[in-house]
Amino acid sequence: MHIVVCIKQVPDSAQIRVHPVTNTIMRQGVPTIINPYDLFALEEAMRLRDKFGGEVTVLTMGPPSAEDSLRKALTFGVDRAVLLTDRFFAGSDTLATSFALATAISKIGETWGKPDIVFTGKQTIDGDTAQVGPGIAKRLGLMQVTYVAKVAEYDGEERTVTLERRAEGGTQVLKSSLPCLIAMLEGTNEIRRGTMADALRGARAEIVKWSAKDAGVEDLTKCGLKGSPTIVKRVFAPSPRAEKAQMIEVPEGASLADALIDDIFKRQPNLEPDLTALARGF
Amino acid sequence: MSEPKKTPAAGGRASTKKELPEHFKAYKHVWVFVEQERGQVHPVSWELLGAGRKLADKLGVELAAVVLGAEGETVRHAVAESFCYGADLAYVVADPVLTDYRNEAYTAAMTTLVNTYKPEILLLGATTLGRDLAGAVATTLLTGLTADSTELDVDADGSLAATRPTFGGSLLCTIYTLNYRPQMATVRPRVMSMPERVEKPVGKVIEHPLGVVEADIVTKVLNFIPDRDSSKSNLAYADVVVAGGMGLGSPENFQLVRQLALTIGAEYGCSRPLVQKGWVTSDRQIGQTGKTIRPRLYIAAGISGAIQHRVGVEGADLIVAINTDKNAPIFDFAHVGLITDAVRFLPALTEAFKKRLSAHSTDKLAS
Ligand SMILES: Cc1cc2nc3c(=O)[nH]c(=O)nc-3n(C[C@H](O)[C@H](O)[C@H](O)COP(=O)(O)OP(=O)(O)OC[C@H]3O[C@@H](n4cnc5c(N)ncnc54)[C@H](O)[C@@H]3O)c2cc1C
Repeated sequence: MHIVVCIKQVPDSAQIRVHPVTNTIMRQGVPTIINPYDLFALEEAMRLRDKFGGEVTVLTMGPPSAEDSLRKALTFGVDRAVLLTDRFFAGSDTLATSFALATAISKIGETWGKPDIVFTGKQTIDGDTAQVGPGIAKRLGLMQVTYVAKVAEYDGEERTVTLERRAEGGTQVLKSSLPCLIAMLEGTNEIRRGTMADALRGARAEIVKWSAKDAGVEDLTKCGLKGSPTIVKRVFAPSPRAEKAQMIEVPEGASLADALIDDIFKRQPNLEPDLTALARGF
Repeated sequence: MSEPKKTPAAGGRASTKKELPEHFKAYKHVWVFVEQERGQVHPVSWELLGAGRKLADKLGVELAAVVLGAEGETVRHAVAESFCYGADLAYVVADPVLTDYRNEAYTAAMTTLVNTYKPEILLLGATTLGRDLAGAVATTLLTGLTADSTELDVDADGSLAATRPTFGGSLLCTIYTLNYRPQMATVRPRVMSMPERVEKPVGKVIEHPLGVVEADIVTKVLNFIPDRDSSKSNLAYADVVVAGGMGLGSPENFQLVRQLALTIGAEYGCSRPLVQKGWVTSDRQIGQTGKTIRPRLYIAAGISGAIQHRVGVEGADLIVAINTDKNAPIFDFAHVGLITDAVRFLPALTEAFKKRLSAHSTDKLAS
């Protein structure tokens, strides 16, 4: 089987700082990581490969420095890494990104065999949109299943997969057909450390680098800013609340707990009868 | 190549003149997808009708509810309720193929409706279903989609301005879809307030055929396993929420939060590190990557108030913060603060509430 995993290199957002005057992200010196949600997709893909045989190709679109994330993925034990990088891709929104990735996945299919499954993470931590996976699926005509907790069955002969999908209020068990796109849910597995051999191989392995043209993009107007229907008009910091919290003072002879409860009921008079009713078991 | 884009690049484009292509000029009216599954309408649908009503009034257009599902009581109920929550009309695709949510069938239904009746704005809930559907519909229609919007408005020339947090909530950005239609956005549950329900008769209903038969749909639903009742939390819609953070120090101490919640009939929640440590299940996480809550009372114990947590709780009517550090950022947005050890204070608060609420009830009973 052939599996393609799409990953994204993102700034480690725990360490993001915003420039106080210009309101832009200060990227300098902020370490980058593989989008944490994508690690679940990587691990699930490698587990399937280990069980059924085949190859895992990891794909990312990004600046040349995104090579770091691909290198990392190689040390986990993926078989091949492709970096899609070109200034024409700069400023892509989710629609343009899914166009570029879908085109590259077609090219990967022509070069190393059609993928049976394309994996993505649930969403990224910098964009948070969860739209690129569905975008790729629609562009390539793949069956789309998002929020997948588990690939329960894979049948290469019958060309079907059985998936457990997180839905509102429960788990949907779905049978779909290959090829399909799976967006993995977080917390579903744990990324392996990779063996010593993987680490050595990963450090040396060649990373395939494609420009838009290499990947087979014919219409450059579908890429980058030009190919993006959405535009960001304004970026700003959340406005601080005018007043700070009022600190509870303990009146003489009363407890802090009682003082707090008095204060809560003074501010929200309707809460008292409602909570009382609840406490009485209504 | 991040989405959304960096400011400098966007600045140039934002200043380009808006010329809506001729074939998009017929696109009018605001649509809200009314999400229902297994007999239940997701309340985010009503919140969106409330938000959509304001946009439609500002634009001077109609507000339509879009209801998809199998013919029957659920769809009829969803349509009837949509009018009570402000819809002027409803588009309905009722077909057994739509019984369970499947992306292929729902995408087909939604794109057919859009291509036929041409809305200018289409809003969906940012639920698992809504996000799955919105992404597929936007790509099929080749239009723009703003995910997880926290504010919706129309500007002077009628464009939808959707504001959303980005980079884990450290910044907000306002996004437009200028030259494409419909302008699509998703909004997370509880971000918009619930509009008042006003009893109204069913208005204009436009039924449209699905145009797809079961044999066309590849994906089959084999089973649905509902969450166990014990793990079902109503956190997002709770009136009172008590939450704990790393300041509690141990999973045992988190029980103090649960006990207080139980005593006052509240739901309990937590900050993200507690989920990552496995102390609390992920459906209890509050914040940017967890649930957004809008309770009447929110009590946060041992939570520092990081921006990613803050964005999930700001809609609360009253925020009470308990923290040992007087400089904790949570005091910047809480209404009431207590500088004290939560581990010692929570049991005292639970006892005091017990006394207060029962004393009160016996008073009432006696009188
Ligand atoms: C992409 C991204 C998404 C995120 N999403 C979320 C999210 O959805 N929700 C979320 O909550 N976080 C989220 N986070 C994490 C967030 O940045 C913070 O790290 C987290 O909220 C901190 O949790 P905390 O307040 O419990 O812990 P800490 O920051 O460690 O704070 C503990 C607090 O407890 C106080 N304290 C210590 N001892 C006591 C005591 N005995 N009594 C009372 N107070 C005490 C301390 O003074 C401190 O203020 C996200 C982060 C990133 C990068």
